[in-house]
Amino acid sequence: MKAVQFSRKPAKYAAGLVAGSIRPGSGAKYGPLSLRDIDPPDLPGDGWHRFRPRLAGICGSDLATIDGKSSRYFEPIVAFPFVPGHEVVGDLDDRSRAVLIPVLSCATRAIDPPCAGCAAGAINRCERIAFGHLEPGLQSGFCEDTGGGWSTGMVAHDSQLLTIGDDVSDEAAVMIEPTACAAHAAAQVDEDLVVVIGAGTLGLLTIAALDDATEVIATARYPEQRRLATELGAGRVVEPGELDRTVRSRTGSLRFGSQLTGGAPMVIDCVGSEESLSQALRVVAPGGEILVVGMPATTTLDLTGLWHREVAIRGCYAYDRSDFDRAVQLVTDLDLGRLVTATYSLADYTDAIAHAATAGPRGAVKIAFDLRTEKEREHL
Amino acid sequence: MPRPGLVLDVDRSTPPILFHHGENFRLERLPVGRSRVIYPAEPIEGIEDVDGAIEHALDHPLGESAPLRDLLTPGMKLTIAFDDISLPLPPMRRPDLRQRVIEAVLDRAAQAGVDDVHLIAALALHRRMTEDELRHAVGDRVYDAFAPQGALYNHDAEDPDNLAYLGTTDKGEEIEINKRAAESDLIVYVNINLVAMDGGWKSTATGLASYRSLRHHHNVRTMQHSRSFMDRHSSELHHSNWRMGKVLTDAGVKVFQIETTLNNDTFGDSGPLSTLQKREWEWNAKDRATFLGMKAGLDRMPTKAARKIFQSWRAPYGLTSVQAGEVEAVHEVTTANVYEQQLVRVEGQTDILTFGLPYICPYNVNSIMNPILVMCLGLGYFFNLYKGRPLVREGGVLILSHPTPWEFHPVHHPSYIDFFEQVLSETTDPIEIEQRYEKDFAEDEWYRHLYRTSNAYHGVHPFYMWYWGAHALQHLGQVIIVGGDTRAVRRLGFKPASTLQDALEMASDTVGPEPTITHVKNPPILMADVT
Repeated sequence: MKAVQFSRKPAKYAAGLVAGSIRPGSGAKYGPLSLRDIDPPDLPGDGWHRFRPRLAGICGSDLATIDGKSSRYFEPIVAFPFVPGHEVVGDLDDRSRAVLIPVLSCATRAIDPPCAGCAAGAINRCERIAFGHLEPGLQSGFCEDTGGGWSTGMVAHDSQLLTIGDDVSDEAAVMIEPTACAAHAAAQVDEDLVVVIGAGTLGLLTIAALDDATEVIATARYPEQRRLATELGAGRVVEPGELDRTVRSRTGSLRFGSQLTGGAPMVIDCVGSEESLSQALRVVAPGGEILVVGMPATTTLDLTGLWHREVAIRGCYAYDRSDFDRAVQLVTDLDLGRLVTATYSLADYTDAIAHAATAGPRGAVKIAFDLRTEKEREHL
Repeated sequence: MPRPGLVLDVDRSTPPILFHHGENFRLERLPVGRSRVIYPAEPIEGIEDVDGAIEHALDHPLGESAPLRDLLTPGMKLTIAFDDISLPLPPMRRPDLRQRVIEAVLDRAAQAGVDDVHLIAALALHRRMTEDELRHAVGDRVYDAFAPQGALYNHDAEDPDNLAYLGTTDKGEEIEINKRAAESDLIVYVNINLVAMDGGWKSTATGLASYRSLRHHHNVRTMQHSRSFMDRHSSELHHSNWRMGKVLTDAGVKVFQIETTLNNDTFGDSGPLSTLQKREWEWNAKDRATFLGMKAGLDRMPTKAARKIFQSWRAPYGLTSVQAGEVEAVHEVTTANVYEQQLVRVEGQTDILTFGLPYICPYNVNSIMNPILVMCLGLGYFFNLYKGRPLVREGGVLILSHPTPWEFHPVHHPSYIDFFEQVLSETTDPIEIEQRYEKDFAEDEWYRHLYRTSNAYHGVHPFYMWYWGAHALQHLGQVIIVGGDTRAVRRLGFKPASTLQDALEMASDTVGPEPTITHVKNPPILMADVT
């Protein structure tokens, strides 16, 4: 079958890192990613199904991996070579369509009794992602045994499948997984005022997922992002360089140096960069919380303010099953399938990744692979 | 004998006209047969014996006032208030007129045995003047004698312990001014009257007031009913200040007003800038070479360097009159003298009015002309430099030439940055701006802190800049800025154009083909008397 595969090739990885630093997304061309004909993954056991992707999105974490910017933290919890793609809507053998819940929890690994996280339904906190009868992998799309969405075939466990009706288009369905991440973040919010940093896919979806009663100040770098952020519910959308001043005005804060004396009680960082985290620390109120939703990497931060102002930084990874229910509702109600700006065939994967890496300036949001027209798909 | 102002009809022999363009210039050809250029009068001869004229004014007051020396008694409390950095423009060469007048007043005070004297820069909600700026205004001798003792300082409109509430006018306008001034036995106000808007009761009732007081006339309604605010008798801004003046008088506040007028010798008669004061068809070979050389240099120079050069210019103004005594009597004479220099009679309105905006306005001395100040200078000050009726017809087009950089002085204009980012991004309608945003900015503790302790304009000041242009916004059909930063121009709600020709074409959508065009060559300052 045809798949875009990520291999463990240090020299290629270094080349991808250099290329990605020069031009975002070009790690696809020079790094360890390649379009190959490979054997479909075997079914790992009971409860597993063949799953043929229809659309598969390109996520920020995929881009970070391709451009060599991911943390080495992931090395023990991915299994090479892997086929990326964890935002997937696909077909099952019975011709029904399903959305993939990609987290590889205890249930997928036949671990019984499950870990504390999985037992509580918090599959995103699974303690066994490197164990059991599967190769290590925090999600499908990072695990050799399961395959990933950037291919014509992969496998999925019962617990990973969310069947969808005919009323949900493929474009809407492929937005459900990232929307579930946003719904999970929004569920942590219990404040009247929230700052959302970043208006890429995750930022926009988080804005959409926040309660209408929550006042949202968001940053957006590009005009289309600003338009969408406003449309999806942000009360005020500013350029990143304007955020500190806007939060200061809104909260009646004073300043010392570049630090606000007051600030917003909660900041949701949907970027996860050193710059965004530093900004979050400047604009969060004393005793406030920064929720890190965008995937960070190794970062240098001055945490003096965090200490002095008793600020908390908390990670916010993925979702649990209930977040998908909310995500389906949001995707349907807000017609979030329209955020799929462009689709590409696997053969054009370098163009697709380049487009995704420059989505903001090009007025795009979600870029996806369209597998529906891949000829060999019907023979699998 | 200086020549009066002139209205030139543009014909085939008319050379390109010089447009000021921030820290640079443009030469523009105006359409033949339907364009005219209004030139200012040449500078009136300045008074040679300045000190003698000041002495004479103090000893021969106008209106119901005794000579200054008769108002000064031992043990009295005397406050000398003076105009701030916003006057004159550009700043004048040393010695500043304020220094000369203040020294004369202090001599009389010393002779009379007055030793409780305070000097206050009457800056209302403007930024605090720096030591260098105060020294320039009052001179080193006065500064060194008073500042170290804490007797020379900037007015603080946000110091609740040093403001005095004096009552309301018959229209409910509250009057709250500097407490030291209000409780003095005599206020001597030292004014430089650059334009007809300045002086009169506006000196004390505005210059020494607080936001509580200023908001009654610094608002959209007042500005839309001031036609124009350069013509006192048609200006609601001045009516309000005059009403406040009555309350001040009734409350026992005694003001001895000293007003001075300047000629319009802005750029001198020698040096490269002197070309700016000449009419283009009278440029000789040296003028042309000087101008071309200057322009070539400015074209290559970083804006920051050009700004530094222009901001260091000190004008060689001549004093044309000084009068002292009772406020209203003094101001009548002052206004007549300002008009004598600046008024140019113009017949009829125009479809399109053009201004080349210079590098300076009242609020960016030693600073940056940010986009809000561009709006204020063009639609506030320049548009309102008329008597009778606006130079441009209702529904007409205003074309401004200015680089309009998206750039702000972070120390001087912090609330301007927020106004530009947070208010103008939402609306440019002055009434909506006033209703939705003014209070928050005016009462913002951070802006208050910066106004009081740093050198920042008050939080509400950018609103006043916007209101200053409210009458023009109401009157005009379209505003176009030539050569400006397109994003900044659009944020202002105006249209950007690369060239004057493009702007004229764009204007035809509003005023039709073959419109009449009037260009006002300012500075040097002129005011149109439109019949």
